[in-house]
Amino acid sequence: MPTSESGEAIIRVEAVAAGYDGTAILEDVSFEIRSGEVFGVLGGSGCGKSTLMKHMIGLLPPVAGRISIGGDDIVSADEGLLDTIRRRFGVMYQSGALFGSMTLLENVRLPLEAYTSLPSEAIDLIARMKLALVGLEAFTGHLPAELSGGMQKRAGIARAMALDPAILFLDEPSSGLDPITSASLDATVRRLADNLGVTFVIVTHDLPSVFNCVDRVVLLDRRARGIIADGDPRALRDTSADPRVRAFFRREPEAAAA
Amino acid sequence: MALVITDAPGGPRTITLSGRLDAATLALLWPQTRAAVAGAPEGPIVVDAAAVDYCDGAGAALFVDLLRSGRGAAVEIRNLKPAYATLLRQFDPQVFDHDLDPEPPRGRALEEIGRAAAATWADVRLQVEFIGETAAALAYAATHPASVRWKDVWRICERVGVDALPIVALISFLMGMILAFQSAVPMKRFGAEIFVADLIGLAMLRELGPLLTAILLAGRSGAAFAAEIGTMRVNQEVDALTTMGLDPVRFLVTPRIIAAVLMTPLLTLFADLVGLIGGAATMTSFSIPVVTFLKQVDGAVNLDDFLAGFVKSFVFALLIAGIGCLRGLQTRAGASAVGDSATRAVVSGIILLVVVDGVFALIYYLLGI
Repeated sequence: MPTSESGEAIIRVEAVAAGYDGTAILEDVSFEIRSGEVFGVLGGSGCGKSTLMKHMIGLLPPVAGRISIGGDDIVSADEGLLDTIRRRFGVMYQSGALFGSMTLLENVRLPLEAYTSLPSEAIDLIARMKLALVGLEAFTGHLPAELSGGMQKRAGIARAMALDPAILFLDEPSSGLDPITSASLDATVRRLADNLGVTFVIVTHDLPSVFNCVDRVVLLDRRARGIIADGDPRALRDTSADPRVRAFFRREPEAAAA
Repeated sequence: MALVITDAPGGPRTITLSGRLDAATLALLWPQTRAAVAGAPEGPIVVDAAAVDYCDGAGAALFVDLLRSGRGAAVEIRNLKPAYATLLRQFDPQVFDHDLDPEPPRGRALEEIGRAAAATWADVRLQVEFIGETAAALAYAATHPASVRWKDVWRICERVGVDALPIVALISFLMGMILAFQSAVPMKRFGAEIFVADLIGLAMLRELGPLLTAILLAGRSGAAFAAEIGTMRVNQEVDALTTMGLDPVRFLVTPRIIAAVLMTPLLTLFADLVGLIGGAATMTSFSIPVVTFLKQVDGAVNLDDFLAGFVKSFVFALLIAGIGCLRGLQTRAGASAVGDSATRAVVSGIILLVVVDGVFALIYYLLGI
């Protein structure tokens, strides 16, 4: 359950190395995410940000290193502990990852039915409110296949928020969304972080949305195989001395960065 | 977490909520609050939330429920902490009064029948169209052999033909054995077990060899074609072909049909042979030596019988590959779409096989073969 404005580290990534089949993608990556903060994991394509997220949510063990969520190491956790840790966060996957045979409402109801003993009408209302938060209150009875990609994604966010987890992982939340929906999603993120102290970990390369709602970022780089900058994204854009960082935040072509 | 009801004389009922409002506490608090509202005397209700320490999305749902429930605007929420009030303000309780997206009412029976008939008719039209397109594509391939993607053809040949050898061998060997055994036992009573060889020779070559091979092909390759092309359809690969100006039928269907038509007759030959071997193996235990068995088969079966079966296998191959590709191209969106296509490919493939086999039986009878 979120506890607001405490500011202690809720996620710790320590010396994590990642890679596939012997090719290293990330080496010795360490950072901390504080409770109640909107944290961005940024980087160009292929820099390992999605892989890093898979490590953080316990889907894939890293090659080396430790990742703790709320004080418990997710890498070495057994199934029982892993279940407890998983209750602390919700995940929105890049494509929404909704269950195709269920309506939107049933998709959002699912975690509520599995983990709470609320009366059915309460679950119904909570699920419909989550869908209303992402502007889908009029599509509760639709199947995912009947909706556009952006709508599926928003429904994925609603499902991730169903249990009001302390941490929300969003994988590329704004890709495929129109600017208006994307901006209202940013506002929702901000509201939840400010009022409920929900911690957000957002994997993205959508800069407008980063400047809109993200407190702190790490910038990963494919060639450096790790973090090349961390801090407030606006400050990094304006004051960073590193040409790679400036190029990223100012959207300059790669040639300019070299 | 607690709920206290105070009824001021002549004044509004006050429901005081305190503590945490989240999914865990609401399991108890939700029905209590509902009861408190339902049991209230006429007049306004005040909900005092000053002592609420924490309220997440589930807690907000409780307030929304109070604001919308039957009594309308008469419920008033007071003293909610500003942070939580901001959360609550995102929701308009009236929105949740009724289902905005109810299930569409079911049509009347007559309407449903009409729709089903129209859908079936559309499917038949599509199949006829597809047969036409495929015929055109095959004719084009015959006149322009260089336009065929032969690399794909050989790759598919390997999967359809070579990879199917073990299962075809196993099934036809067992079929030959079982057939021999089942018929030898009763025929032995008349001392006629030598004629089992005639039976197996005719049944295998004319009927079972081609049909078994074709059914196995429908299950293996027909389903695989439908799933492959269906996945390509879902991933928009088929759309990409079309917009590149490449005809999906020529690009995807032609190589598959050519491969199936090349391989199925060979598999059928193989099934015939292995089936006979299975029969011969069983008959040795009925003290009929292999040489006698073969001699008997040779006497009973002539070239016409063999060709009757062999010709069928070409047609079966066309049918199975065609229906598999058609179902693949018909794949719609959705999670279960590819699975549905594969199922439909196998089901319609086998139905067509049996129907066409019956037609062949009739034609052969009329021709006296």
